[in-house]
Amino acid sequence: MRLLTVLTALLVSSSISLSALAETFSFTAIPDQDESRLQERFGKVAAYLEKELGVKVKYVPVKSYAAAVTAFRNNQVQLAWFGGLSGVQARELVSGSEAIAQGYEDQFFVTYLIANKRSGLSKSNDFPADIANKTFTFGAKGSTSGRLMPEFYIREHFKKSPEQVFTRVGFSDDHSRTIALVQSGAYELGAVNYKVWEDELAAGIIDPSQVSVIWQTPSYPDYQWSIRGDVDARWGAGFKAKVKQTLLNISDAEILAAFPRQSFVEATNDDYQPIKDTAIAIGLMDAE
Amino acid sequence: MNVKTRPHNNTRLKLSLWLALTGFIALLFADIDIHRASPSQELLRMGQGLMAPNFWSYREIASSAFNTLAFALQGMALASAAGFVLALLYRHPLVRGFCAFIRAIHELFWALIFIQLFGLSPLTGLLAIAIPYAGTLAKIYGELFEETEAAPRNNLLQSAGLSAFFYTTLPLAWRPLLQYTSYRFECAIRSSIVLGFVGLPTLGYHLETALGNGQYNDAAALLYVLLAIVLSLRWWLKKALLPGYLIAALIYLPPTAHFSWANIARFLSEDIIPAPLRNKTNTDYVAVFDWLAMLWQQQILPGVTSTLILSQIALLLTAILSLAWFPLNSRQFFSPLKRSLGDGFLIIARTLPEYLLAFIGLLLLGPSMLPAILALGIHNGAIIAHLLGRYSGELVLREDACTGINRYSYEILPRVYRQFLAFLLYRWEVIMRETAILGMLGIGTLGFYIDSAFEEFRFDRAMLLILCAAILNIIADILARTLRQRLHLRPSPETL
Repeated sequence: MRLLTVLTALLVSSSISLSALAETFSFTAIPDQDESRLQERFGKVAAYLEKELGVKVKYVPVKSYAAAVTAFRNNQVQLAWFGGLSGVQARELVSGSEAIAQGYEDQFFVTYLIANKRSGLSKSNDFPADIANKTFTFGAKGSTSGRLMPEFYIREHFKKSPEQVFTRVGFSDDHSRTIALVQSGAYELGAVNYKVWEDELAAGIIDPSQVSVIWQTPSYPDYQWSIRGDVDARWGAGFKAKVKQTLLNISDAEILAAFPRQSFVEATNDDYQPIKDTAIAIGLMDAE
Repeated sequence: MNVKTRPHNNTRLKLSLWLALTGFIALLFADIDIHRASPSQELLRMGQGLMAPNFWSYREIASSAFNTLAFALQGMALASAAGFVLALLYRHPLVRGFCAFIRAIHELFWALIFIQLFGLSPLTGLLAIAIPYAGTLAKIYGELFEETEAAPRNNLLQSAGLSAFFYTTLPLAWRPLLQYTSYRFECAIRSSIVLGFVGLPTLGYHLETALGNGQYNDAAALLYVLLAIVLSLRWWLKKALLPGYLIAALIYLPPTAHFSWANIARFLSEDIIPAPLRNKTNTDYVAVFDWLAMLWQQQILPGVTSTLILSQIALLLTAILSLAWFPLNSRQFFSPLKRSLGDGFLIIARTLPEYLLAFIGLLLLGPSMLPAILALGIHNGAIIAHLLGRYSGELVLREDACTGINRYSYEILPRVYRQFLAFLLYRWEVIMRETAILGMLGIGTLGFYIDSAFEEFRFDRAMLLILCAAILNIIADILARTLRQRLHLRPSPETL
């Protein structure tokens, strides 16, 4: 074991000495959609940040929401595009970290409940009580729009857990898969991020004759950029502020369309208190 | 007939009936519906993908293939060194228990733990493979040392000590030891691929993406590379080249990590402590009990139940498929040409990891236990069928022995049945281990709750659930060993 430690230390130091000259600023994002779309979106962001910040910037793709948070926690990345819930979880684990910017639309985000046409359900303004005893898929287990908020409203209405309300409950892992699963009939119902739905509908990926929106939740705060507290120590005083301003300044239509958001606006940790309260309410987080 | 064999025949019959009965009972409680409007359409698209593999992203494919091999090589190097040392002490019950415990935790669970400590780093992949494999290798090496002929050693003036071991026991055990180690290397490649599904940069990483997004042409290319690597092992895995490979692997993928001591300290001293005990000065036993009761009722009990149900059905299917398939690789039934085709199928089914097969099954059949049952049955059935076919080929039949179905039922089956049960009992614990893991794909076994606990950053729960999975595997291990002893079954360890 000691040999291993020494070996690791040696290798770590050798790789550090190579990269010490230009320390790379890394960021990640929760994998909420098709990976090809994520690559397209965050490749553009990396190039933009590199140009504006004057340091090397790298996008680190990950396989799960938890992996994004863990990478942030282990300082493998210093900046991340989190969902509401993953952001709260990440900032709990990394003291001094802050939410610095959110999409304009993230101030009043919603979840769509979608249904396969064979379910016989149609659009309603009130919570659709007739969804009980059908099959239902959430998105990722750690998703705000795909899990936290829809589960909250389901529990609030039925006073029961989703497993008790539906005949089968699944987790699809991301919003694109939720849509695909409900469209194919593998599940009769699903909960999906409204932005991903609109985006894929516009792109012609969704077949509206097979799957449609039946309800939307009240609004809540969602995605945001969060940054670690110790970046100024590594990249110089004022670096955090500069990253924040750079994100807020994004006006390139192409980058904004890739998210898709109309612009980025300021955000603070306190904006996400409702998300934390909801997570505690449905037992996804423990109250302190 | 020999009178002494009667009781064993009886126990064998009883065991077979028990296995069949539990399998069928489990089937009554299992959720095996097909939840997909058109599985055939998806299958067709997959078939089209297989016909037209897309090798265009060859850089990505090559680098992930090298990563896969680098993890397997480094993991096995560390595992065989550690396993060897542990094997020397294997008589000690504490060492035995320790080895049983570390191998009872699946490499994917080890990976999830190490990701918390070292991030998605090469060190995580290396340790995730090395630790459980060290436990397995220690057991096999230890058993090999115990089974060697005692006479040469007893003839020494001083039969204790390391020199005696190196001059008598080790040379005798050397050949099977190498054989088994090279077989384990093949398993390590499979494990390395599966680690990609949780984010390490191996072939599994890109396979998960391609399959999940329905890009079957890309997936086909990765699948062919995977098969090429495993099937060509016997040509390039040479003793003399191993040091070179290992050095190359260390240079290509140095086992570095992203970690901070503060994080590790916090993980060990805070995160994995049960929530009701955290930051408390005096222990609140009621709260701890409530916490345990809640987990038992909501996660452990349902998780363990589905794990048992699923693994018993998978075991039954494995038994049926291996009995149906072994003639494919037996010279008692087919000419060499036909046999090579049949065995080709078995080898491919054996090469693809269960986890990958289950993932593909879920895409085709929708969410239920069915894809997992099929994946476990096909993979393990092919392993046993391949070995059993070879074994049956060595039987000598009368010149006028009957042919066809009569030969199968009256000549061959009775003579290979003992061996078949031995293989099946060995695979039982493997199936149990894999069943727990398949929960990470959304099937309600223990892995599902473990994955949820990691997603919720509740490492205390994750650790407790992993412990439960480990205990389940240890029980299966002990039970299988007891049954093997009672039935006087002892296959050579290479067949594990």
